[in-house]
Amino acid sequence: MADAALDPHAAIATTASGVGSGTLTTADGMPLARALAHSQRRARRRAFLLVLPLLAFILITFVVPIGQMLARSFHNDGFSANMPQVSAWFASTEPGTAPDEAAWTALAQDLIASADARSIGVVGTRINYDMPGTRSLFTATGRQVRRGLEPPYQQALLEINEDWGDPRLWSVMRSASTPVTANFYLAAVDRTRDEAGNIQQVPEQQRIYLTLFWRTFWLSAVITGLTFILGFPIAHLLATLPMRKSNLLMILVLLPFWTSLLVRTTSWMVLLQQQGVVNDILVWLGVIGGGQRLQMIYNQTGTIIAMTHILLPFMILPLYSVMRTINPAYVRAARSLGATSWTAFRRVYFPQTLPGLGAGAMLVFILAVGYYITPALVGGSSGQLISNMIAQHMTGTLNWSMAAALAALLLGSVLILYWLYDRLVGVDNLKLG
Amino acid sequence: MPETKPTGRTNVKSTLILSTALCGVAFGAMAQEVNVVSWGGAYEVSQVEAYNKPFTAETGITVNMIAADNPATPLRAQVEAGNVTGDVFDVEVSDAIRLCDEGALVEIDPADLPSAPDGTAAADDFVPGALQDCAVANIVWGTVISFNTTKFEGETPSTAADFFDTETFPGKRGLPKNPKRTLYLALIADGVPAAEVYDVLSTPEGVDRAFAKLDTIKADTVWWEAGAQPVQLLADGEVSMTTVYNGRAFDAMVAEKQPFEIIWDGQYLDMDMFVIPVDAPNPDAAMEYLKFATDTQRLADQAKYIAYGPARKSSNELVGLYQDGVTEMAPHMPTSPEALANAVTDDPEFWADHSAELTERFNSWLAAS
Repeated sequence: MADAALDPHAAIATTASGVGSGTLTTADGMPLARALAHSQRRARRRAFLLVLPLLAFILITFVVPIGQMLARSFHNDGFSANMPQVSAWFASTEPGTAPDEAAWTALAQDLIASADARSIGVVGTRINYDMPGTRSLFTATGRQVRRGLEPPYQQALLEINEDWGDPRLWSVMRSASTPVTANFYLAAVDRTRDEAGNIQQVPEQQRIYLTLFWRTFWLSAVITGLTFILGFPIAHLLATLPMRKSNLLMILVLLPFWTSLLVRTTSWMVLLQQQGVVNDILVWLGVIGGGQRLQMIYNQTGTIIAMTHILLPFMILPLYSVMRTINPAYVRAARSLGATSWTAFRRVYFPQTLPGLGAGAMLVFILAVGYYITPALVGGSSGQLISNMIAQHMTGTLNWSMAAALAALLLGSVLILYWLYDRLVGVDNLKLG
Repeated sequence: MPETKPTGRTNVKSTLILSTALCGVAFGAMAQEVNVVSWGGAYEVSQVEAYNKPFTAETGITVNMIAADNPATPLRAQVEAGNVTGDVFDVEVSDAIRLCDEGALVEIDPADLPSAPDGTAAADDFVPGALQDCAVANIVWGTVISFNTTKFEGETPSTAADFFDTETFPGKRGLPKNPKRTLYLALIADGVPAAEVYDVLSTPEGVDRAFAKLDTIKADTVWWEAGAQPVQLLADGEVSMTTVYNGRAFDAMVAEKQPFEIIWDGQYLDMDMFVIPVDAPNPDAAMEYLKFATDTQRLADQAKYIAYGPARKSSNELVGLYQDGVTEMAPHMPTSPEALANAVTDDPEFWADHSAELTERFNSWLAAS
């Protein structure tokens, strides 16, 4: 209403129409501003209803499961939920307190209850994550205490296994007595806690994740660079050739793209292995001797070659779509003003391809960071990526908390890179097609 | 135009009636079916032929086979989500024990299982370790060394130690990319008797010793992950010797006529087990299936389709010919006397305790190339 009154045009209209109230109304007597707001609200509501199915779809299939998965990385109540009494004892005492008979009683009663409820395996698994080798201490003790346990409990438990007196075990149980823990993140960056709860590096022969994170980002960057070097001339060719020829070339780019990932990966195995096609040709040509066949697969080289090939179309397509819209007259103008072809390319043509390059580089890099089937098959020992570890924790060791922590770190670093990209290049420069 | 409307409505109506009726049929049939989650491939075929077809013929209960990379993963996911859709899962021993300890599985009383034809109780008829609190084994399978005979002239390898001897037996080696099926082999090749492998591996010095032995062939090793890979590597000539699941090696030798030979020395024995999750949708049919599938005849029948040994002693005498009708299966069984001479039996408790730690060390060792 106030807006309508301040609007000079409205004021003029009001004066002209000569309505006494001073505001415009619709045919059924509603003030115009309100009618407008009303109809805008309705349009907004309709638009919202239209995207509602998509929103619900994304929430149900994407946001909620990922959120739940990520929650596992810091929330694991395997110990605290099944061992309530000893958890309460931990909560009521200072860290570093030596266990007294009350603690031993709480532990024994929790063990008996947990063994009866068949949750002792969950408890043991949780402690085993932080202190390898202790799972069977819980399950074996569980089997014994189901047959009965007599006080004094400290003596009784130590008789079953003297490992129960290990101060490190008690320190680990204390840290597991709350459901929220940072230990999985610590493990994901090759750190652990000692007896006193201080953070330290894991033994050197156990360090693996930081190396793999570093290698994943490094290899992804290399692969992004290679797809750029290989894809740029092809995209340029596609964009400048006459339609009939470029369509033919496009099919050559797209056909492998439509072929199953596994088929393409296995084809590389056939080509690159030591008894493979490429080595056979080289030996036949006499370039190398029969005894010095090249090792091109089951190592880092294999991962780089196969992934570069598989991800190439993700670089070519955005570049192509941008290059097609670049007016050739600009380069011709630059040339006519005396620029060499290199200068014209560098200062006129190339800057215009940047939105496509940005999009392609982002696509390739983010896809490469998450790859695991190809590195698993052709990576050998030196071409493994961090996703292979995540997959292993998901399906092999069934340590989902660890998988979630690694995945959260990976997601976090990709988001940071995206933010950096936005700061340096600007996401609004992105053009996907 | 107005006439079309009623017609359209009738169509919708009849469709509704029809689909409701179909739903009714589906619900009616639900009590008469069982969902079995297994590993797919030739192994699944053997289960379909030996267990499922006769089971359906005898009881009228349909069996739905569902393939998974490792059935323990969907099982755990389903139990955690409180939405169990599988009735019977085929899992490895360590997973069966672990899931049982975590309360995800139904306990199985050996007294409920059918006894052998001669009346021996199931508890005495199954091989050691085949009956767990919540699981019943159906097959015993081995990881064995296999070599390509065209790669060696004159003397051929015959022991686990030869696997590590790249001087005498040149060529690349294939090994699986995990600690469980590599460390034991290194120790055996280093002179540890099969029966003592896990005692040695329980000590830090033993682990160091195994890795030191693996170091000697690290540069000559091609690492595999899926069961089909070692066979392919061996057939291509990419490796001259590899460890491989014995059923796959048998399949390549007999069905595909590949020039492979198996070394049983240092075999690693494992079992596959049937388990029933708590809250299985058809618990009664699941139990029926489990009993039927693990009786003496069914386990013996399975050996007709795949070279994995039956988990019952009484089945061994009934093992006959391969489905080609000429190959005698008994000598190809991982449970034959020759195969068992120097075999390591999987220690699920050890791996439940140390799998995480050793896997990390193994991966770290691999990465430091």
